[in-house]
Amino acid sequence: MIEVKKLVKRFGLKTVLRGVDFRVQPGEFVALLGPNGAGKTTFLRILASLSRPSVGQVSIAGFSLPKEAAAVRARLGVVSHLPLLYEDLTAEENLIFYARMYGITDYEIRISEVLEMVGLEKRRKDLIRTFSRGMQQRLAIGRAVLHDPDVMLFDEPYTGLDQDASSMLDGVLQTVAGQGRTVVMTSHDLARAEDLATRFDILSRGVIAATSTRDGLGNGNLLTFYKRALAN
Amino acid sequence: MAEQSITAPRHPAKSNYWKAITAIAWKDLAAELRSRELLSAMLVFSLLVILIFNFALELDIATRRSVTSGVLWATFAFAGTLGLNRSMAVEKDRGCLDGLLLAPVDRSAIYFGKVISNLAFMLIVEAIVLPIYSVLYNVNLFQPGLLLVILLGSIGYVAVGTLLSSMAVQTRTRDVLLPILLFPVVVPILIAAVKASGGYLTEAPMTEILPWLNLLIVYDVIFTAIAFMVFDYIVEE
Amino acid sequence: MQAKPTSLKVLDVVSLILLGISTYLALVFAPTEAIMGEVQRVFYFHVATAWVGMLGFIAAGVSGIVYLRSGDLKWDRIEIAAVEISLVFFFIAIVLGSIWARPVWNTWWTWDPRLTTAAVTELIYIAYFMLRQGLEDPDRRARFGAVYTLIGAVSVPITFMAIRLFRTIHPVVIGTESAEAQGGFNMTGDMKVAFFFALFAFTVIFVDLFWNRIRMGTLADKVEQLKLKVMQ
Repeated sequence: MIEVKKLVKRFGLKTVLRGVDFRVQPGEFVALLGPNGAGKTTFLRILASLSRPSVGQVSIAGFSLPKEAAAVRARLGVVSHLPLLYEDLTAEENLIFYARMYGITDYEIRISEVLEMVGLEKRRKDLIRTFSRGMQQRLAIGRAVLHDPDVMLFDEPYTGLDQDASSMLDGVLQTVAGQGRTVVMTSHDLARAEDLATRFDILSRGVIAATSTRDGLGNGNLLTFYKRALAN
Repeated sequence: MAEQSITAPRHPAKSNYWKAITAIAWKDLAAELRSRELLSAMLVFSLLVILIFNFALELDIATRRSVTSGVLWATFAFAGTLGLNRSMAVEKDRGCLDGLLLAPVDRSAIYFGKVISNLAFMLIVEAIVLPIYSVLYNVNLFQPGLLLVILLGSIGYVAVGTLLSSMAVQTRTRDVLLPILLFPVVVPILIAAVKASGGYLTEAPMTEILPWLNLLIVYDVIFTAIAFMVFDYIVEE
Repeated sequence: MQAKPTSLKVLDVVSLILLGISTYLALVFAPTEAIMGEVQRVFYFHVATAWVGMLGFIAAGVSGIVYLRSGDLKWDRIEIAAVEISLVFFFIAIVLGSIWARPVWNTWWTWDPRLTTAAVTELIYIAYFMLRQGLEDPDRRARFGAVYTLIGAVSVPITFMAIRLFRTIHPVVIGTESAEAQGGFNMTGDMKVAFFFALFAFTVIFVDLFWNRIRMGTLADKVEQLKLKVMQ
């Protein structure tokens, strides 16, 4: 579903990604972990077609980036730590806007479905300005699944959420992932990642330092695996 | 396999270009109608500028005629930057620009959508300023020729301004930078618009006004075309 | 450290010599103009420096377009060099123009099309540098610089035509339209020698400065690269 070969990303003279190889099968849920500055957000932005590779090949759902970016975008849902929502519009209006941007006709039913899924049906006519951060994140996920994407990218979705909000987000994430989508999620929260993901990749100093499926973790837990990967 | 919604097509057809443009324009107008922050700021600022000009230029009845078009266009030029700045800042601050870039449409649709909403804001403010100025200075500003000039001038201003504000909003100096970037480049519009407006107000012959109208149209066409070709380079990373 | 190429060193010397000869021709060799007197000599340098400004202007516009198509940062360095040189030389031309204008028309500034357009161009250049200053990413800096140069390059000729149109439809406010008041005068043979030699000399000086400046930019970039290598 996702294929990345020898990806290098430079910003001027600084190299952030130094030859990343990364493959994801359909239906996998990959947690991309790593210390700050490892390049996780940069990597995700390239997958999201928001940034171009300096060197290397990236293809998603069979379409290559950056040439076939438009085709990729139609199949991609992205949630970042910023909600990407317009404060002066209602939840419903935000979804209508994105539905139109994605070329979805007859969006009324779909919008209701999505609002139900993220538990915000009751707040559909409320301005985003009045939403808590947790609610905004849930709506953001709703926005991201509106066009029924095959692949979903989450960049630190739990940032700034309290316990309750995080638990709610867990539920939504599990529902969304359970619909057969391919998911890549970056996170600092190892415990959450351990619960949700089927595979763990560690990004360190611009390359994938280690990768393991959940079974592959064996007796140790994610934390030990993580520390060991970084120590190398 | 996957739970699929029966209503959403699994892979909807690539987003319609025109739909995206209207969606963006609608979104901006709907949001602004609710908060009215941008419009009120532009409006109040315009009135303040006119007030300042009143004291700065001692607009007695004799000089008023010759100076009106200049005062109007100076006002529009300054107030315009407020609108352009705000319009782009909204996208940048909440990361919404990424949201727009993620949509499966050609980038230029974003440009045109923004141009339409920016133009709408500018025209709304101009539509309110004109009658106020008319009343304050007892000048009839509602001539079709003058309105045409205002339309053409605003189009060119917004065409370049939207492009430049897309750049300025990504810098550290942001708000301050836009007028510095915009004004030197928009000089032809200001010259032509002031001359053409003045021509209509003093009932000059068409032969004097026509070259200025032509200049405005040429400028509008050239810069819209350039902005369309170049917008990609500004929003891509 | 790469040594300065010999041809560049030779060009440096040649430029200095040509500057010297040109100065002699303008200040000593050329006859004194009948009406304006000695101050007219400024004219030779005024036109020559404005000419260099024009060369820089065109070079900047062209290299901007080439950078956008190719993505090669070399063209960005060329563009910066061109803008800097044009900025300085237009400034000198404007100052010399003022020195010439004062005794002849009793004013420091005439709002004539060429001078005013030069002033607008200077403002565009300053805006250009301020734009670049506000950006961190070198690639973005180069792209935005190229776009703004393109916009400026198209706008300035239109500005010139607009101001000229302004002057033909509405008679000049300062001075009269006569050839003499415009600074026109008939050049004798010797004057023509000084005039064309100045143009030639300053073209060579332009190439010399341009080459030097581009070389400086390339070396500066290399220093940045080495710095990063040491820090990482």
